Amino acid sequence: MIQQDQLLQVTNLNIIFPSPKGDVHAVKDISFSLGKEKIGLVGESGSGKSVTGRAILRLLPPYAKVSAEEISFKGQDLLSFSEKELRCIRGKEISMVMQDPKYSLNPVRTVGQQISEAYIVHSKVSKSVAREQTLKMLTAVRIRNPEQVYKLYPHEVSGGMGQRIMIAMMLIPEPSLLIADEPTSALDVTVQLQVLAILDDLVTQRGMGLIFISHDLELVASFCDRVIIMYGGRIMEVINAADLHNSTHPYTRGLLNCLPRIEGRNERLSTLVRDDAWLDADFWHSNDSDGIII
Amino acid sequence: MNKLMADQQTIYNHAKEWLLTDTPASAFQAAAGRAYLGLLEFLKNRLAVLGLLIIIALVFIALFAPYIAPFDPILTNLSQRLQPFSAEHIFGTDEVGRDIFSRVVWGSRLTLYIIGLVAIIAAPVGIIVGTVSGYFGGFVDTVLMRITDIFLAFPKLILALAFVAALGPGIENAIIAIAITSWPPYARIARGETITIRNSDFIRAIKLQGAGAIRIISRHVMPLCLSSLIVRVTLDMAGIIITAAGLGFLGLGAQPPSPEWGAMTSSGRAYILDHWWLITMPGMAIFVVSLAFNLLGDGLREVLDPKSDD
Amino acid sequence: MLNISNLNIYFGHGSEKNHALKDVSFEIKKGESFGLVGESGSGKSTVLNCISGLLNHWQGTIEVDGEVVSQKRDLAFYRKVQLVFQDPYGSLHPRHTIDRTLKEPLAIHKFTDINHRVEKVLSEVDLGSQFRFRYPHQLSGGQRQRVAVARALILEPEIILLDEPTSALDVSIQAEVLNLLQDIRKERNLTYVMVSHDLAVISYMCENCAVMSQGSVVEMISAEQLQSGDLSQNYTKQLFTASKGYDRAAIDLFQDF
Repeated sequence: MIQQDQLLQVTNLNIIFPSPKGDVHAVKDISFSLGKEKIGLVGESGSGKSVTGRAILRLLPPYAKVSAEEISFKGQDLLSFSEKELRCIRGKEISMVMQDPKYSLNPVRTVGQQISEAYIVHSKVSKSVAREQTLKMLTAVRIRNPEQVYKLYPHEVSGGMGQRIMIAMMLIPEPSLLIADEPTSALDVTVQLQVLAILDDLVTQRGMGLIFISHDLELVASFCDRVIIMYGGRIMEVINAADLHNSTHPYTRGLLNCLPRIEGRNERLSTLVRDDAWLDADFWHSNDSDGIII
Repeated sequence: MNKLMADQQTIYNHAKEWLLTDTPASAFQAAAGRAYLGLLEFLKNRLAVLGLLIIIALVFIALFAPYIAPFDPILTNLSQRLQPFSAEHIFGTDEVGRDIFSRVVWGSRLTLYIIGLVAIIAAPVGIIVGTVSGYFGGFVDTVLMRITDIFLAFPKLILALAFVAALGPGIENAIIAIAITSWPPYARIARGETITIRNSDFIRAIKLQGAGAIRIISRHVMPLCLSSLIVRVTLDMAGIIITAAGLGFLGLGAQPPSPEWGAMTSSGRAYILDHWWLITMPGMAIFVVSLAFNLLGDGLREVLDPKSDD
Repeated sequence: MLNISNLNIYFGHGSEKNHALKDVSFEIKKGESFGLVGESGSGKSTVLNCISGLLNHWQGTIEVDGEVVSQKRDLAFYRKVQLVFQDPYGSLHPRHTIDRTLKEPLAIHKFTDINHRVEKVLSEVDLGSQFRFRYPHQLSGGQRQRVAVARALILEPEIILLDEPTSALDVSIQAEVLNLLQDIRKERNLTYVMVSHDLAVISYMCENCAVMSQGSVVEMISAEQLQSGDLSQNYTKQLFTASKGYDRAAIDLFQDF
């Protein structure tokens, strides 16, 4: 079912960071595929979730050693692309939203200029068309007064607004795949959900694919279609979001159990007892009898 | 023989282990481990090591000047005046027959004396003014920084000249003049660093434990300003040497017949065409030592610069 | 133990003047754990900063243990009230070993028996003696936060102010730190004031909490009310719904407050 309109296929991705104390194997032999769906990449810090997202767009620093059997996007082999060819894919076909919008925007130009420029670069349209499209996009990300926001400088917008602007900028070339690296974790809960709703609508209406990188298991479970759980650079399990709470993988269970809940209390929170066996490549294959492996 | 080498190897390995452990057992071990890592980083920079070696050599020469110099640096010998290089006078002799090599060797003492004293006076003044100003802000900051601005508004050499003119020529007055003109940039650096540091949580935390301003500034803020200051002072050493030489050259620093490098170039000036070694040899000494301090400063920056830290 | 009444604070001047806290009042009993919940800009951290003494241009009354505290604090105050910061990466001096960080407050308050106290507090936060001479960069986030808790405990205060102590940590580490905080509170009969944006953390940690929005206390609720969703204000209700996770239909009903 996923195979039909598959967007992205990653097979045996490895990422190694050399360091004076020996190489750090940040990601080891991970494989997954993505269709027109919302897939969540969840893990704790150091699990390799962010570097995985960046490796797809080759955005890691040059000293990182990235190797993979396959990274293909819409059937094209991204590994064989030159830096120049990849630049055409970046932004136009695959966009990425990072955690802190203020660092990604140019501080001396208005947000409107920056968004329409992104559009002009990729679509070769006139300035007035770009402006119109920008205003439309700002409205789509639920900015109520787009004309006014168009003229603001990045330091004049709030965090929530900034993140929406960033998303508008990434979405205006109508990419087929959006990689969102903790796009909302700096935002308040309500704003966070509103931003997610925008992404959700784009997936359902435009048939975009979304890789949502997050540390928040509950949020991903309620937002995404499928969840990839990473730990120590390995994929622990790939599971349908609806089944997440019934997961039998000890790491997933451990993570779920140590979350405090609004409704229950008074018991001690259970803590996660880590097991080196999880890092064993065969562990989850043997544990996972449902065969959600792809 | 082999056993001895093996033993040395084991001792070396033990020492390395002790230094690099993740679980130091005392504050001293932790500090030593940190210093060792810094040293390793520093040794990677070949030019900086070269600079350090030159400076060590300078200190060595200054310490043992009476044993290294073959002649008295002051005693004149008119029968030997303006001699070119020879086995006896390897740098030649000057217009009154003094051995230039001996004078350059003895001059290293004066050079070290000048830069040492300037660093001891200017760096503490700069760091105290800068941290106090940055930490308190407001009125204190305005007053201290305007004073700093006044000093910064004059070219360093001109201001030093004015002070020497007022105080009278001489090496001590030259040192005071250079120190007075050197501290403002240090104060600026320390203030800039302090302003970022004072808003950090760890300073708030120590405030909330009841620490007073003096304790916070001296124990928490200053150590963090120190590394960029050390780098800056080292890089400035070259400038200080040149300013001191400049004052000497203008006759306002060390007075003849003392073998100060700047004064030597000054008196050699008259003979530059026919007897070029008079001015070249002390000039080379100034050049080599300045370069050494610059190289060392660059190396230290790589090790100590907080921006490349952790 | 801690009484706050009509706390007001303004930031900025002239037309930019911002009324950041508007008549905030609450009362906390000894041994109670009290939560302050709200979104960014609600003023919840500002309240803590006023209590701790980091801000001193507030108006109103702050009473600690029956005594009215003034804008300027004395040493005795800091022995009673301590604060744990949100970011464990920024709250420890980068060039000081853990040992030095913990000894500093003891030296300020002229404690004796310093070595013993440092050892004791480290074991209380479950950090072995092997951590004692490390620098902060040699510790993980969770370990650093334990050191920050140890630093707050070492002066044996009665009130500990917690400013989002776990929001920078992974969930598995958060659970460990929250458990530790609960254990310490029970053992030492401490009073906590905890700021958080996470209703679940507040529900786990606190008996009562104040919900704040734009500088005012919107609603005071008990943990039982929070757990059963028995809320009266729309703002709190929306926060509660949002904390339950993503629900496309509910989001369209969100209002701005």
